Amino acid sequence: MISSFPKLLNAAVITLKLLSVSLIVGLFIGLLFAILRLNKNIFINKFAYGYSYVFRGTPLLVQIFIIYFGLGQIEYLRSTFLWVILKEPYWCAIIAFALNTGAYTSEILRSAFQTIKPGIIEAGQSLGISNKIIFYKIQIPIAIRQSLPAYGNEIILMMKGTSLASTVTLMDLTGVAKYIISTTFKPIEVFIVAGGIYLFMTFIIHNVIKFLEKKYSFN
Amino acid sequence: MELLAFGDTGWGDELFRATLMTIAVSITAMLIGFSFAAIFTPLKLSKFKSLNLIANIYTTVIRGVPELLVIYLFFFGGSGAIMFVASMFGYNEYIEINAFVTGSFAIGIISGAYSTEVFRGAIQSIDKGQFEAAKVLGFNKFKQFFKIILPQMLRLAIPNLSNVWQITLKDTSLISVTGLVEIMRQSYIAAGSTRDPLFFYSFAAVLYLLLTFLSMKLINKLEVKYSRGY
Repeated sequence: MISSFPKLLNAAVITLKLLSVSLIVGLFIGLLFAILRLNKNIFINKFAYGYSYVFRGTPLLVQIFIIYFGLGQIEYLRSTFLWVILKEPYWCAIIAFALNTGAYTSEILRSAFQTIKPGIIEAGQSLGISNKIIFYKIQIPIAIRQSLPAYGNEIILMMKGTSLASTVTLMDLTGVAKYIISTTFKPIEVFIVAGGIYLFMTFIIHNVIKFLEKKYSFN
Repeated sequence: MELLAFGDTGWGDELFRATLMTIAVSITAMLIGFSFAAIFTPLKLSKFKSLNLIANIYTTVIRGVPELLVIYLFFFGGSGAIMFVASMFGYNEYIEINAFVTGSFAIGIISGAYSTEVFRGAIQSIDKGQFEAAKVLGFNKFKQFFKIILPQMLRLAIPNLSNVWQITLKDTSLISVTGLVEIMRQSYIAAGSTRDPLFFYSFAAVLYLLLTFLSMKLINKLEVKYSRGY
């Protein structure tokens, strides 16, 4: 049990790397699609809705498999520079995670944008602030504050989601845990250690979000 | 389209059976989850701190640990645990548990943690006066729960339970790692033997979308039914 701890801790670093990169990329995707969702053009609107519907309605495992096993099948892709990225399981996993969390983030941000009181925007307009600055300096900060609790849940869900990287040969925390279980036949001990590391990370994320919520609360 | 033909030439009938298997595992897991919730929700709402603690450990651990890790625990540890219990009764043969049972149990425990939170929230948001009124009218505890609390709780819980159902449905794809032939596993087999992973995994995605879409329609009907009078 103790001998497996350093190995699992090393693997946790890979889990954190996968998590942070896909969250950063996913946040940008989410913001982009949330803005597209609020667009008045019905095609752009429907496109953004379709994206989030498909990615939220299918399991993450299917998404990873389509990107890792499926895209490699297209001959054309193999000849482009994209192949450098798509042949690596690491980048495939990150693309899948980012697109997945992007879909959920876009929903979170969209509902945050929609709950901003129109009075706040009107106040900005009557102060003579341009629409662009209202959007960047008023709407986005308020939306981010509003969506903090939901986004905190999404980060934790995504952390659990990174465990699927082990299905495409990446040795993340779950991958290493499975390897140790199948070689030592000590499922319970390994589960306790690996699960403990996951719970510790959940605990940290939870408290950081709570701190941020408090720091940026309105009153 | 030939790939999806029914019969020996295509994968249509196999995928159809796999879809039924996904539905069966999801429903079984959901029901197992409800029975876990039936045990842990009262513990969460109990006056005793130690009972609260037990329920909190259950929901926190399950919701903070990846589903895949829980499945591996059951997959590798399940038969070991059962053999250990059996050996206490003097049975020392090798026992193998069916992948369906392990899978639905693992997913059921996960789904149960989410359901517990949903039920707890629903009961807590019922007006306190309802409990008091029931007491004043002389209902016994049993009648109080089934005639007054439960119907109101269901109305509040159904929208959130539909989220739990979606999570459960999507989590069943992870059971494919244990070899149970549901949509994901069948697509994996088909993709391997036809060398056409793009088509089969995309088709699997379509099947899952169809399942979530249809079940949402059904749940919306239930929601309307239970919110009559509001």
